[in-house]
Amino acid sequence: MSTSNTVTAAFDQQGDQDAGTRLDGALRSFVREFGRTPALHVEACVRCGVCAEACHFYQATGDAKYTPALKLEPLRRAYLREISPFAPLIRGLGLVKPLKVQELQQWQELVYDSCNMCGRCTLACPMGIDIAELVRSVRHGMYQAGLMPERLALMDRTAKQWGSPATPAEDLPDILAEIVEEFGEPIPCDLEQADMLVTAAPAELGDHTKAMAAAAKVLNRTGVRWTMHQGGFDASNIGFNNGDVALQERLTRALIDTAIKIGAKTVLLPECGHAYGAARWEAARWYGNNLPVRVIHMTEYLDEVLASGVIKVKQIGDSATFHDPCQIVRRGGLEAAARRVVAALGFQLTELENHGVAGYCCGGGGGVISNQRATPLRYKVFAIKKAQVEATGAKRFLTACGQCRITLEAGAKHTHWDKKVESLLELVADNLID
Amino acid sequence: MELLDFARGPALQFAIAVFVLGTVWRLVGVLLLPSSRDMSPAREGAPASWLGGLRTVAGRMWPRKEFVQSTLVLTLGSYVFHIGLAVVVFGLAPHILFIRKLTGLHWPGLPSNLVLGVGVVTLAALCLVLARRITHPVMRLLTHLGDYLSWVLTALPVVTGLLATMHLGGRYETLYALHVLSICALLIWFPFGKLMHAFWFAFSRGATGARFSHRGVNV
Repeated sequence: MSTSNTVTAAFDQQGDQDAGTRLDGALRSFVREFGRTPALHVEACVRCGVCAEACHFYQATGDAKYTPALKLEPLRRAYLREISPFAPLIRGLGLVKPLKVQELQQWQELVYDSCNMCGRCTLACPMGIDIAELVRSVRHGMYQAGLMPERLALMDRTAKQWGSPATPAEDLPDILAEIVEEFGEPIPCDLEQADMLVTAAPAELGDHTKAMAAAAKVLNRTGVRWTMHQGGFDASNIGFNNGDVALQERLTRALIDTAIKIGAKTVLLPECGHAYGAARWEAARWYGNNLPVRVIHMTEYLDEVLASGVIKVKQIGDSATFHDPCQIVRRGGLEAAARRVVAALGFQLTELENHGVAGYCCGGGGGVISNQRATPLRYKVFAIKKAQVEATGAKRFLTACGQCRITLEAGAKHTHWDKKVESLLELVADNLID
Repeated sequence: MELLDFARGPALQFAIAVFVLGTVWRLVGVLLLPSSRDMSPAREGAPASWLGGLRTVAGRMWPRKEFVQSTLVLTLGSYVFHIGLAVVVFGLAPHILFIRKLTGLHWPGLPSNLVLGVGVVTLAALCLVLARRITHPVMRLLTHLGDYLSWVLTALPVVTGLLATMHLGGRYETLYALHVLSICALLIWFPFGKLMHAFWFAFSRGATGARFSHRGVNV
């Protein structure tokens, strides 16, 4: 690749397989990715570079190596040599060089450290290429090659054992009991029958336990028969982010199968973006079009129970701005639902300069927040969001994704910015009218 | 055999054959790849996937407002040379005559001086986007040799066409023959490089439009 000298060679690797085995693993995975749509998308690129104008990593650094289309280079070359209609000609004449494991090592930083798979590039591409989805295809291959950041690999191994990257399933009842004790809101756990299976993101069982209690408060008010369950409780789906498809399937099945087992008709996802991407839009990959349960995001749920009058909230009245989590808005379709919840709370919404489907990512999605070596880069990206929030002059700063909150809070702490990032769920729970 | 006879005869026939067969091969080779249907429940009120696809095919004709300013030079440059090429190819009387011989289809031509002017502007726009490709760090990093070849083979017919029209640089027959040969080269290269985006753009945009309209997102 002509670009190899510009890419920092910071990489981790897992396992002790030799370079050839790693390369084979990646290539086999890349080849498996190519159905019609990914092929069309690789074919359609005209190398115009417009995607860079949409990418917060390029915008924040000015470094051309962060151009989204460049992140697809290993996939593109595998496609051209192995799958494309002229593949025999391309291989025979040596028109596209075969991939080397060293190049995959170099690309690790580009697809894991400097891409949130937020899809802003997808929005800008004149050819309509879903670049974010193709980056995920590159991650699938990188996972197979054992070439991912070690922190994410550690979470992957943990999730395989525990069903969550942070919490052993057997600890769930105790953790929930502590949250009940602290906040005084009952949280049903492991009920044998319930109408709704409620799930959490790792933070809600750790740093953001108030969000877990807030969910319980709202749910208890609605009168729905709900439970959390050791069989499937963490919806964050680290497999989806890491490129570990087998783990993604296992974690998805844990949620859906548990819901089926207890007779639940609904799986309620937490305020977590990637949980929505993994379960709402991809569970059907394994269950077909007869998915036996409804999968719904917390923001959607709040919107529904507020609109139907099942719960009522006090009017807060302050000015506020809203950070759109990529996976639930740009890639999830909940832009309007989130704004209806904001309006129900009586906020005077001042939109960010870039908002809705065109909003900038927090910089932490796609596992970047967990990948500690990406922290300096993430802080550079945070500056874009901070400037846009400040420009609104709004008093309150809201969002609807725990991962975004953690990322934005970390950025605020790093820059000594005294802006609190507030969750729509917690605001609804705090302002319920009896 | 004179050069012009060769250009208009076997060279052109060969080029058209490569163009048609190569383009069909590449299109069919991709379009016949397995396609997995999105089986997730659609967002309530989502349009039919074909409608969502068409909306994005049309919508991406111009950048979203967030990206207009940062991509304005590229967008305008690209529009000028794409429209310019269309005007030159389909507006010049001799081209229409050629198309009529080939397909039987014909339409009124534009004044040759107007087409000449459009040709000059088209070439200028092509040079502008090439200069940007060479000087912009992002585009330089992304560009492959084949992309430069695509540029050269797109620009050559414009250059040779202008020279032939203006009788500059040699005998008219020679310039005309070089013009036809440059078109042959373009046709032969077309199925192999990024010029195929003339077809891919609709499929690619359509697939993304369908994917996201299903989710209730207008991309």
